[in-house]
Amino acid sequence: MLYDVTLNINYTYSQPTDQTRNLLRLLPRDIADVQRIEDWSLTLTSPPSEQSDFTDYFGNNVTSAVWHRPVEEVKIALSFRVHRHADAPRLSLATSMRRLPAVLSANRDATPQSPLHFTATTRRAPVNYEMTAFARDHIRPGGTALDAVRAIGAAIHSEMTYAVDATDVDTEASDAFAARAGVCQDFSHIMIACLRGVGIPAGYVSGFLRTYPLPGQDRLIGVDAMHAWVRAWVGPELGWVEFDPTNNQVAGIDYIAIGYGRDYDDIAPVRGSMRGAGTSTSEQSVDVAVVTPLSSRKASRRD
Amino acid sequence: MDTPTRSGAKSPLLEAYAPTDGVADELFDRDGAMRPVWKPFIEMLSALPENALRAKFERGRQYLRDAGVYFRQYSEDPLNERDWPLSNLPVLLHETEWADICAGLSQRADLLEMVMADLYGPARLLSEGHLPPRLVTENAHWKRPMVGVEPRGGHYLHYLAFEIGRSPDGSWLVLGDRTQAPSGAGFALENRMAMRRVFPEDYPNAHTLRLSGFFEAFRETLHSLATANRSEPHAYGLLTPGRANDGFFEHLYIARYLGLLLLEGEDIVVQNGQAMVRTIEGPEPLGLLWRRIDANFSDPLDFHPDSRIGVPGLMDAVRSGSLAMVNALGSGVLETRALMAFLPRISEVLTGRPLHMSNIATWWCGDEAARAFVRENVHQLLIAPAMSVDLPFDSNSETVRGVEPEIVQLLDHDAPDLIGQEAVTLSTTPTWRETDKGPRVTPGPMTVRVFAARTAKGWTFMQGGYARIGPEGDATALAMQRGGSVADVLILSDDRVPDPKSVLPTPDVVGEHAAQTEAGALPARAADNLFWLGRYIVRFEDVARLLRAYHLRLATSDRADDKLLDYIAEDLAPLGIDVDQPVPDGLLNRLQAAHNCAAKVRDRFSTDGWYALSDLITTTREMAASAQPGDDAARAMSVLLRKTAGFSGMVNDNMYRFFGWRFLTIGRALERADSLAAVLETYADPEAPEGALDIALEVADGRMAHRRRYALGATRETVVDLLAHDAGNPRSVLYQVREVQTLAEALPGAALSARPGVLVRQLLPIRTQLEVGQPADLTTQALSVLRLALSGMSDRLAEAHLR
Repeated sequence: MLYDVTLNINYTYSQPTDQTRNLLRLLPRDIADVQRIEDWSLTLTSPPSEQSDFTDYFGNNVTSAVWHRPVEEVKIALSFRVHRHADAPRLSLATSMRRLPAVLSANRDATPQSPLHFTATTRRAPVNYEMTAFARDHIRPGGTALDAVRAIGAAIHSEMTYAVDATDVDTEASDAFAARAGVCQDFSHIMIACLRGVGIPAGYVSGFLRTYPLPGQDRLIGVDAMHAWVRAWVGPELGWVEFDPTNNQVAGIDYIAIGYGRDYDDIAPVRGSMRGAGTSTSEQSVDVAVVTPLSSRKASRRD
Repeated sequence: MDTPTRSGAKSPLLEAYAPTDGVADELFDRDGAMRPVWKPFIEMLSALPENALRAKFERGRQYLRDAGVYFRQYSEDPLNERDWPLSNLPVLLHETEWADICAGLSQRADLLEMVMADLYGPARLLSEGHLPPRLVTENAHWKRPMVGVEPRGGHYLHYLAFEIGRSPDGSWLVLGDRTQAPSGAGFALENRMAMRRVFPEDYPNAHTLRLSGFFEAFRETLHSLATANRSEPHAYGLLTPGRANDGFFEHLYIARYLGLLLLEGEDIVVQNGQAMVRTIEGPEPLGLLWRRIDANFSDPLDFHPDSRIGVPGLMDAVRSGSLAMVNALGSGVLETRALMAFLPRISEVLTGRPLHMSNIATWWCGDEAARAFVRENVHQLLIAPAMSVDLPFDSNSETVRGVEPEIVQLLDHDAPDLIGQEAVTLSTTPTWRETDKGPRVTPGPMTVRVFAARTAKGWTFMQGGYARIGPEGDATALAMQRGGSVADVLILSDDRVPDPKSVLPTPDVVGEHAAQTEAGALPARAADNLFWLGRYIVRFEDVARLLRAYHLRLATSDRADDKLLDYIAEDLAPLGIDVDQPVPDGLLNRLQAAHNCAAKVRDRFSTDGWYALSDLITTTREMAASAQPGDDAARAMSVLLRKTAGFSGMVNDNMYRFFGWRFLTIGRALERADSLAAVLETYADPEAPEGALDIALEVADGRMAHRRRYALGATRETVVDLLAHDAGNPRSVLYQVREVQTLAEALPGAALSARPGVLVRQLLPIRTQLEVGQPADLTTQALSVLRLALSGMSDRLAEAHLR
């Protein structure tokens, strides 16, 4: 599948801010056999005083942007084209839940891909008794880790209400779980905490999701938002699988990952700081368009 | 209980000194003989009458109080400070034994550096199975952004502390490694200053190895790390979390002692990968930070996002290699208690040699065999979270005794997250206790903190200085959790120790360091706080004067509808001052604001000045509780005004005339000019009630001058002349404006190409107006225009220097 993705985020500050500094994790990484990014462009206005790109510990693309002069607003415009391949069908030789702890204990891999980075409780996805108990209740005894991931994801999906106003970006996973409501970020943090609580390494995926058009209608432009889902390590045979608890499905060809972290803190799309007394407001719009043959031609002409 | 039959125990002081069997003691060796290093000291003590001893101890306490040594609980109340609990008796160790300790710790410091380099580099220790990866990957102090980042200068660790204790067999044991931001060295210095006052005698004094050489050597390290291979000068400083931190006194003390900039996060800005100090002259490059702030809070972009005390972009400066850190971000991982279980083996692997000095025996329960051992021996062990970076005897430590009933259950469930540690027994050392039967010297358990600094020639060690003493009677390390005191540690030589070289910089160093830290780089935040300190103090003073005038009149007025009283009350109300309160909250708030500013720049004025200000707050609070309206309140205001004058005089007489003083004084002068104009605006207004002119004179302290200069009673003309135009009157607007001008002319960048700078240009019209104008021209409206101009002047100053 070929997508054209555009993202616009606008920050407006109530007062001009001094020394605005942002770390942007917006540009998707290339993932072998899964996705390849091309023709990307990231534009910041007003132009930053300094801008540089690097990859972080987990291999995510990071852009650092700093404005030395006072700014009143920052506009971020990202566009790219991505080839997203269907996941190859994998045989379900998944590790059993019973064997998983021993497998992890024997693991000596501490490289960034290792599941060992994703076992500990973290600030945004703290393991707690309630979520662990909830997770345990939904695991079939003797099942595989992959079964557990699906079952826990489905349980969260049916237990939780999707509600935009129930939480904000700083809500704790445990509070969202207690309220049984939240958005994709909360669903994901809850699922991560549940999985870690039962011994399955799990992390946070930030990215884009293509929204299907309604029958008979064109896709709505600009209504899609940035999305988040979960990545879980289900044993050495299958490795990492991605699951979206908000939509109760495996994250497949409709999903474009920006990158991976232990929780939101590692892969927040924009992390910023500024000097100044004012407050900031932001708006974002996302468009994930399937490239049809026609628009493909248009695009190539533009190049 | 042992009977005190030991040799040397003849003195009544030692009657009750009975070390527990099976516990090593500092005073007596295993055979009960007094250790030679203590003998002359105990003889000296025993020869002195009790009262003479008490007088000596009091000298030490007095010194600490005078020097302002305190420690604090983490708190925002600036007055919540406690005396430093210095033990009356030092710990004595012989230099031969100390040298052996330092040799062992030197090896350990090198090992820790190698472990650090591996954990942030190839991670061989993990892949080859010498350290369980989870202890690192699940560790909150292992900082992923640091992986692969070369530290500037080539080393991660530059300044370490080790907590050590003596085990029953007499050998020393490492109880904890402090690698993140070790504290205590500043207190060690103060311990020593106090002890030298308590015991100025030839023994121990002349035989004690000095502390200053350590600091001298470390300053060299800081200097060369910050400046080596640079084409332009780079500043360096100590990064503190701020005055609410429990270690702030020490940060202040060390910064002063070594002549370092004391910096908070907001003093620093990172541009193009280069950290800069914001100074009154703009950003200046920063080459090194000695951080007293946890890596987790050091940069809200790369670490804890909620941190308000860090520097956004700090990691950027580290990544680019432009900023040296003492110690490298991420060094906290080495404090992990579970690491102790693996270090002995790691030493063999990385260096081919065993540890010269053992560390406390530790078992990580993630390992099956170790867990079995811990379960079997749980009653003899301490249990703690594997990732704990506590010292087992910290008062807030997560460590518990293995005998606690829930431990067995925890061992089943949370086993990989737990460690067992040997419940070490510490040695005891003489401590002074006042008992019913008079003073006694009794044994108390102790641990010693050893500070190490990297120099070009390897690790150098502070010669003693710091021990912690636990409560009597229980020599287990855990008993120390219950608190106790701190003691100086004297390292004694058989020979006399030559007089130390002063730690004061040698002349060639002065040129470089001192000039840089004072003249070149007054942080803008410090200047801003000094400026506002000056302003708030004057505001406090002016309100106190108006209140005094109000209450004096109240005391003599018999009319319920005194127009002048109402007029003053209306003048004060918008300032948040309620005249019905004899000592209004609004008055105290002004003082609190001044105190807050002062607390942030405590390194820049004298301890006496600080105490004068604290005393002023205490007095005001006391008066608020008791003062009655009328005469009583007026008297209270007089007392407060005298104390304020005391503070101002102290600051003015003692503060070095550098930029800091300049900003403080500009703040005072500007505020005073404005306040005089405001007084005239209100009390010399033609519409003001009768008697208002007298209030103006009183508030401006101008009665006497007025009587001398003008034979007549006060008229608007004479009052405005005296308080606005009279250049000879320090309480006139003109005098203060001239003062501001003189001060502003000496600020950096004040005059470019022989033309007056923006500040002075702003000031000149005001000055001219006052010099050539007539009192009649200075109408109430003209006064309010004048005040606007003064406020514009303040804004220009802030724009030019304070941000």
